Amino acid sequence: MKRPGKIVTGAQQEFTFSRRAFFLGGAQATIGAVLATRMGWISVVQNDKYALLSESNRVNLTLTPPRRGWIVDRKGVPLALNRTAFRVDIIPDRLSKPDFVFGQLQQLLRLSPSDVERIKADVEKAAGFQPVSVAENMDWETFAAVSIRVPDLPGVAPAQSFTRYYPDGAAVGHLLGYVGVASAKDYEKTKDQLLITPGFKIGKEGIEKTREDTLRGKPGAKRTEVTARGKLVRDLATRADTPGDTLKLTIDAGLQQFAARRLGSESGSVVVIDCLTGGILTMASMPSYDPNNFSDGISRGEWKMLQEDDHVPLLNKSLQGLYPPGSTVKPMAALAMLQNGVDPDETVFCGGGYRLGNRTFKCLGRHGSMNMRSAIMKSCNTYFYSMGRRIGYDKIAPVAKMLGLGQEFVLPFTSQRYGTVPDSIWKKKKFDKDWSQSDTLNATIGQGYVLTSPFQLAVMAARIASGRMLQPHIIATHEKPAAPLPIPAEHLAVVREGMDLVVNGAGTAVRSRLPLADVKMAGKTGTAQVRKISGSQRGQSGTWKFRDHGLFVCFAPVDAPRYAAAVVIEHGLGGARAAAPVAKDVLTYLYDPDAANAALTSLETAWGGDIKTRMARKTAAWKSANQPSIEKKGSVEDSEFAKTVKAKTEEQQSPTTHPSQADIIATPRAPDPLNGNASAPEGDD
Amino acid sequence: MTDGFIPAPIARLPWRLIFLVLALGGFGAVVLYSAAGGHITPWSASHITRFSVFLLMAIGLSYFRVEFWEAIAFPGFAAILLMLVGVEILGAVSGGSQRWLDLGIIRLQPSELMKLMIILATARFYSLLPAGEIRRWNAIWPAAGMIGLPAALVMLQPDLGTALMITAGGLTIMFLAGLPLRLFVIGGGLMAAALPVVYSMMHEYQQKRVLIFLDPESDPLGAGYHITQSKIAIGSGGIFGKGFLNGTQSHLDYLPEGHTDFVFATMAEEWGLLGGLFVIAMYVLIARWGMKVANNAPTRFGRLVAAGLTMTIFFYATINLLMVMGLAPVVGIPLPLVSHGGTAMLTVMLCLGILMSIERHSRRQSGL
Repeated sequence: MKRPGKIVTGAQQEFTFSRRAFFLGGAQATIGAVLATRMGWISVVQNDKYALLSESNRVNLTLTPPRRGWIVDRKGVPLALNRTAFRVDIIPDRLSKPDFVFGQLQQLLRLSPSDVERIKADVEKAAGFQPVSVAENMDWETFAAVSIRVPDLPGVAPAQSFTRYYPDGAAVGHLLGYVGVASAKDYEKTKDQLLITPGFKIGKEGIEKTREDTLRGKPGAKRTEVTARGKLVRDLATRADTPGDTLKLTIDAGLQQFAARRLGSESGSVVVIDCLTGGILTMASMPSYDPNNFSDGISRGEWKMLQEDDHVPLLNKSLQGLYPPGSTVKPMAALAMLQNGVDPDETVFCGGGYRLGNRTFKCLGRHGSMNMRSAIMKSCNTYFYSMGRRIGYDKIAPVAKMLGLGQEFVLPFTSQRYGTVPDSIWKKKKFDKDWSQSDTLNATIGQGYVLTSPFQLAVMAARIASGRMLQPHIIATHEKPAAPLPIPAEHLAVVREGMDLVVNGAGTAVRSRLPLADVKMAGKTGTAQVRKISGSQRGQSGTWKFRDHGLFVCFAPVDAPRYAAAVVIEHGLGGARAAAPVAKDVLTYLYDPDAANAALTSLETAWGGDIKTRMARKTAAWKSANQPSIEKKGSVEDSEFAKTVKAKTEEQQSPTTHPSQADIIATPRAPDPLNGNASAPEGDD
Repeated sequence: MTDGFIPAPIARLPWRLIFLVLALGGFGAVVLYSAAGGHITPWSASHITRFSVFLLMAIGLSYFRVEFWEAIAFPGFAAILLMLVGVEILGAVSGGSQRWLDLGIIRLQPSELMKLMIILATARFYSLLPAGEIRRWNAIWPAAGMIGLPAALVMLQPDLGTALMITAGGLTIMFLAGLPLRLFVIGGGLMAAALPVVYSMMHEYQQKRVLIFLDPESDPLGAGYHITQSKIAIGSGGIFGKGFLNGTQSHLDYLPEGHTDFVFATMAEEWGLLGGLFVIAMYVLIARWGMKVANNAPTRFGRLVAAGLTMTIFFYATINLLMVMGLAPVVGIPLPLVSHGGTAMLTVMLCLGILMSIERHSRRQSGL
């Protein structure tokens, strides 16, 4: 190093230059080596990482929706399957003459201007290679018309896909639920790309929703090479989808459909349970919606129509409808009485009513001397008032619960309502009032605070019939035989004899004997009051929604019970009149389908056609009355559906005794115990 | 040197350098052919044309005498400096940043020519400076002014990359001229200390580039996209590359500027590490040739200019390569002789032309 102040000569300068130039040359060589090392590091050591990144840049995965698993009945008959559907998509990238193509499509597919607007907007938003749906579920002719013009329509991609199809339509609406396009909320939760793939549907309600995991399957994938701007370059290999698993139910498809049809125009429910296994054979709730329509996304008009219907087609009445069970609980009450030492042969004299203090609780007739069997047969209120009062309702409530009333069951449905089996503790907690004698009398005949669902009534019937703690289920599994009920066989025999007499003796449902030589049905009618009886209004006439409900529980054959059923007809006036005939036909179907079908066909002719025809007519009538507001709706429907059902569920999670719910599900007002002049509710016809 | 069969004027050309330049330029044409998806247009053809014209021009320049470069050093510098001011004024008038002057026939980018002129002017200054003055204050401030003025003007455009190259070129000459070493050590220390200040004075997009350079993955879709995609292209090429015309990063447009600033990544994807080492080796060899010319030059001016121009060419290539490999921020400097684009190629060819002129001069001096 040169010292400062030293005189520098030209020669020294030259020397400095060559030294420093040599240094720079060395620096250049070093930088070259650094560059070479860096390059080697990236391209050799980190090659795997970058090769993968490059590949994921290049290749784009488009999912193909998996075929949904079938839902089949106990014999393998499909209840829900996939139908080949024809659809037309647009691949925005390949759309070279948009105006011409849209013009042609509009003509061929008869698209409305708003459809075209929607498609154009979607095409603009789309990523280029991602297909945009133009039309779904087209008929073959239209599809063919588009297909043969494809060479002239760049960007248009006719495709075959699968849509959910329910052969039984509305008959299985509440049973299976329906499928639909996933909502934005669903996508937010999982960020699963499949959920936003065109043509993919998820279960929205019922079994379709609760068993989504089983039914969904695994998507296939289409690999395409794309540019940075999403422009499609070419198709690479594809991977096939894995269809979802088949789900086998305990349902009998024929019986389910028959029961739904047999309900006709009534608002009601039929539940049939296999007494050997506890398997649910039928769970029909009518009126219903056609899940086929829902799966395509229903129109706002159709939705509104369903929502405004006073027969509440959007509610699964089997599980979510709550009704006072009326006299159908008398066999159960009889079991409680036997358990508490009542001699079945002890008689009570029925003079047409029962006095409690200065109040008379009326009976429907003057039955004279009644023992337990005849009291069930005749549905004598006086006997049950008297015996119920003797043992107290707190002794009856545990038996009711044991037989399934007020209970919630493990079932693959989105919601169940469990109703109320009241007792003194419940009343104290709920209303801070003591249980009264009149509460006991009302509850014993299935009125007052008691609320049950048709499904619970069917479970009760099945447990009485089988004498076992049957656990109802709908997914077919190999169940172990249920444990016997903790009830002595002779008690059950008394009650079954009484129920036998109801139909086959001189009881309330003699007109509903099975038209079969060797099979007899036992049952119990019930008529539940919807509102307080005032004046001459006795729930037997007048406005539909204030009429009494008709209920019926039954089992057959009497001697070796195989099937148990419950039928509830809303505002059907009476159990014997409205519900028992339905039960009769449904049980007949199990033994002699041809005879049952023949009877049904003649009935349907009188009603004006089968379910589909009647629903179509109703829809058409509604549309002509509400013309302007018909438009295609998007995914609003699920949230609205959920809202509707939730509102209804919450309302009855804690049943009140106010008639405010009468417009949804007619719920009775408890007979006012303070009003001595009010006549007590009547058990039966 | 001559062997009779080849005519003397041709034999006397620096074939070693011409081969190196031809190899780079030709390889560039091949890469640009692939970058255009296997088409000679739009880039490869114009690259070949431009390359040929500029190379011939450079050979033509090699016949100029060194005295000519000495003569034009100061006037040329002054002229280019004026043009820089002109560009500034034009930019201010038109209300936007501008880097070029539209002379009707061509668009002239004076900042680009300044890279070259700064070498000539500072070298001229130090060749005129008496040897005894080199340790005086007088040896520093004129050169510092000559460097600082154009660098500041270019910074205003704003063009950080070019400003840095002008400064680096000038400093190289100062270093080689023999200024005390401690000036550079202290200067370097001060620079490091001043970095935060410089950073705070940078435009937002420049600050962003620096930040993203430090952590490109922090913004893989935004401003870090360039570096990320460039590294993917280079890294996915491996040792032998994906093969000619098989690059996906470039052909599917994931690599931005694949024919200009990031042409090296386009190349490396298809030619792999081997292609990369070839290109790096070419630049190192050109630099070695240039440094040899500098060492052999008979005059102080020739020595300084030759070394300075060599460093300019080397800066050019190095900054680009460091950038595409993620070792330097994205500054927008093309890879000379390979990238598509005329300006950088013109500058480098001018440098090479002057270098060849010095080389010819030194051979003449050594008695040929």
